[in-house]
Amino acid sequence: MILLREVNRSFRVGDDEVHALRNVSLQVGSGEYVSVMGPSGSGKSTLLNIIGLLDRPTAGVYQFDGEDVTGLTDLDAARVRREKIGFVFQFFHLVPRMTATENVELPLVLAGVPATGRATIVSGLLREFGIAHRARHRPDQLSGGERQRVAIARAMVMRPSAILADEPTGNLDQTTGKEVLQLLEALNARGVALILVTHDPVLGDRAHRQIRMVDGEIHTDTGARPA
Amino acid sequence: MKPVDVGRFAWRSLSAYRSRTLLIVLAMSIGVGAVVVLTSLGEGARAYVRNQFTSLGANLVVVIPGRAETFGGSGGMMSGRTSRDLTLDDALALRRIRGVKRVVPLNIVSGEVWWNGRRRDVPVAGSTDEILHLWGLHMALGQFLPPQDPRRATSVCVIGWRVREELFGSHTALGELVRIGDRRFRVIGVLAQQGEFLGLDIDELAIIPVASAQATFNLHSLLRVAMEANAREDVPWVKSEVRRILRIRHQGEEDVTIITEDAVASAFDRILEALTLALGGIASISLAVAGILIMNVMLVAVSQRTSEIGLLKAIGASPAQIRAVFFAEAAMLSGAGGLVGSVLGQCGSWAVRQAYPNLPAYAPVWAAIAALVLAIVTGIAFCVLPARRAAQLDPALALARR
Repeated sequence: MILLREVNRSFRVGDDEVHALRNVSLQVGSGEYVSVMGPSGSGKSTLLNIIGLLDRPTAGVYQFDGEDVTGLTDLDAARVRREKIGFVFQFFHLVPRMTATENVELPLVLAGVPATGRATIVSGLLREFGIAHRARHRPDQLSGGERQRVAIARAMVMRPSAILADEPTGNLDQTTGKEVLQLLEALNARGVALILVTHDPVLGDRAHRQIRMVDGEIHTDTGARPA
Repeated sequence: MKPVDVGRFAWRSLSAYRSRTLLIVLAMSIGVGAVVVLTSLGEGARAYVRNQFTSLGANLVVVIPGRAETFGGSGGMMSGRTSRDLTLDDALALRRIRGVKRVVPLNIVSGEVWWNGRRRDVPVAGSTDEILHLWGLHMALGQFLPPQDPRRATSVCVIGWRVREELFGSHTALGELVRIGDRRFRVIGVLAQQGEFLGLDIDELAIIPVASAQATFNLHSLLRVAMEANAREDVPWVKSEVRRILRIRHQGEEDVTIITEDAVASAFDRILEALTLALGGIASISLAVAGILIMNVMLVAVSQRTSEIGLLKAIGASPAQIRAVFFAEAAMLSGAGGLVGSVLGQCGSWAVRQAYPNLPAYAPVWAAIAALVLAIVTGIAFCVLPARRAAQLDPALALARR
């Protein structure tokens, strides 16, 4: 489903060329559960941004579901993100002035789904994630675990084929962090590919396949297949 | 994204930053209100002047010797440069036009009034009894010029209030003989104090019968003939009759200028309309200032909401959708400001009308609408830059900044 071939990403910082990714080749099948680990600055977030079409490689090819998405226009990239990819962030990134319901339905709003259709989808998701009673609350009235559940519901609302999670438990205590991870794993069990970026080896080891990154390169990959 | 949802999204962010929103709406409304009030002032001045013209007795047709414009070459070559005199007999001939209420011949020369060794330089007007009504003069003492054949040069005069004060002091003026030029006139009336009228200081005036003025100062031509038609509708007819009669009397030559009150009024009208436009233009500067304020606020909003914009992009908002959200916000801000400002402006011109009941200060409809439209257009135009900046944000960077 996800296919990276010889992907490079470099930034210019002053006169220096900083290589965040060097010749990364990677294939992730649909429904896989992959963790990406490594020290900070190893390029794991850059990798996730490129997979999520938030960033573009400076060289290399990226295919998503067989479609070459390397040089997509902003408009087309937005469409792919909206329809196929769900994001979960360390800092939740909920819109503070909107209720849980409104936050969850935001991707549907952007997709132009009419209000009546949105309500059914969103209330179903909230109930499923055990936060239906918080539907009318704003983020600052929710606990960290509840916020991340809302964020995951938002990531799932368009039924994406992959969820990209960047340190989803980094801002939560251990117990709620574990609950949130279990929720993500449950979604994965239903067939959504899960790519989890973390620096916590305990969490990373739960994934079926672990990728270690060092200095912008893939150091080890337990499930590597020839790309 | 449905337009309804764009609007709702924008509305939510506006109501989340309430004080910011209120301040911008206030700034915008002051701009729009200023346009409405100032144009209503200009428009009020215009209406005021027009009213003054109509209350002036209106329906005026003024005949002045000589032409303001010259056509062709044959007429002028024979007669040289001077035109024919506009005589008292011409004026009397004009009396016979149907629909004319009065015909008032007028001469004004600067002369001297002597009494008891004192002298005062004053403008001396030669006219008939009817100028009393035409100019709306009031008497303080005695009588005005007697109604009589304008060709009779009787030796009576009416003097202005200050002329009486300066010459007679505490003496009685009525019945005294004053010398004007080389003739003696009996003072039969004193005008009430009333200041300037059409640029002429009435208090400094001496009025004598027109025939006496022509004899005393050796005048052949009248300064002008003022005519008043019975009704406004008669004015064009009177005008054409004046032209016809005077052409016959002047051997087929059109050598007078005919000014109607309409022409003068419309000249004032044009001047005051320009004033209204100028005031509106000045006031719209404040609209531009409000527009820049909106731009500033939207730029701040973009940097404040960087991570939110990053998030919107991550969950699939296209650049156009991001721009639409910001444009909607700017449009709502300026639209609300425009509406509030229109109300403020109407209240303002109402207050002006209360303070100066003579001044019908109603904002012209075009100005009220233009101010509103201009407000919204400025708001959106000044949002182009912030909206572009938001749409071009790098989502990865925007999200990294939490």
